[in-house]
Amino acid sequence: MTSRWLSTVPLFLLLALAIYFAFGLAQDPRTIHSVLIDKPLPAFDLPVAGAAGARVTNEDLKGRVSLLNVFASWCVSCRAEHPTLLKLTGEKRVAIYGLAWKDKPEDLKAWLEELGDPYTRIADDAAGRTAIDLGVTGAPETFVVDKRGRIRFKQVGVIDEVVWAETIAPLVAKLEAEK
Amino acid sequence: MLLALFFSLSSAQAVEPDEMLTDPALEARARAVTRELRCVVCQNQSVDDSDAPLARDIRILVRERIEHGDSDAAARAFVVARYGNYVLLRPPLEGDTLVLWFGPALFLAGGLALAWFYIARLNRSGAAPAALSAAEENAVRRRLDEDTGTR
Repeated sequence: MTSRWLSTVPLFLLLALAIYFAFGLAQDPRTIHSVLIDKPLPAFDLPVAGAAGARVTNEDLKGRVSLLNVFASWCVSCRAEHPTLLKLTGEKRVAIYGLAWKDKPEDLKAWLEELGDPYTRIADDAAGRTAIDLGVTGAPETFVVDKRGRIRFKQVGVIDEVVWAETIAPLVAKLEAEK
Repeated sequence: MLLALFFSLSSAQAVEPDEMLTDPALEARARAVTRELRCVVCQNQSVDDSDAPLARDIRILVRERIEHGDSDAAARAFVVARYGNYVLLRPPLEGDTLVLWFGPALFLAGGLALAWFYIARLNRSGAAPAALSAAEENAVRRRLDEDTGTR
């Protein structure tokens, strides 16, 4: 009788493996999880796009909850996201800082003139070094930064109404309640 | 002839002349390091192979670190600190990657062990049946003849 029981063991093992693999296969392997969650925003000191002489640093994102949106005029998906960002700024939901990733000043200026400017300030990362410090793999990507200047969440891809309502808005509310 | 041609092709690289370091020893080290880093855009290629602009940025970054005096391990760690272990083409041997490294071998060993025990069990229970008595043997023969319809 034990042999009958034993012969079902491979079946259960297979089932356990199947469940384990099902979880794994449900993940998107292309999404690289940020290793900077709960860590302070990497230090940066960049020129402000379109404002000669002005600088923006990571210190500017302390004191209130904000979003750091990595975008570029060459990024097609960023166009899809832009109306949502404009709406958020228009409704004063959250401060949005922009990181212009490897962009040219004239292209950036034209793009913002065409689509609108939702940003509190735009850091000009022409060399792309700050983007690497942030672990950016593509655009658009958005970091949710808390009052102490720590990264609490990274949105890979476009922020649309659904992403805002379901993921980011609740987090922003939670972070605003924090010290 | 075609085979010879095939095997003579060198592996792809995306390094451009303007990226290369002047010191050949440092350049060789930089190439070795970037060959072990995954391109985060074209994720099945190494940073050395990939044509993606971000891969180029990381190649230049690695060269800067090496010129700065970083060891190969330190240069790799610099990139891993920003992108995580996924960026290493050879996963490190740590707590959470032990399953990745040893899992397949363990499964194979486990499967072989199971098979061994199963076959051993079969052999044990498969004792030769007792010989038939004369009456039983006649009964069998008669039955066989009926079935085949011969004789």
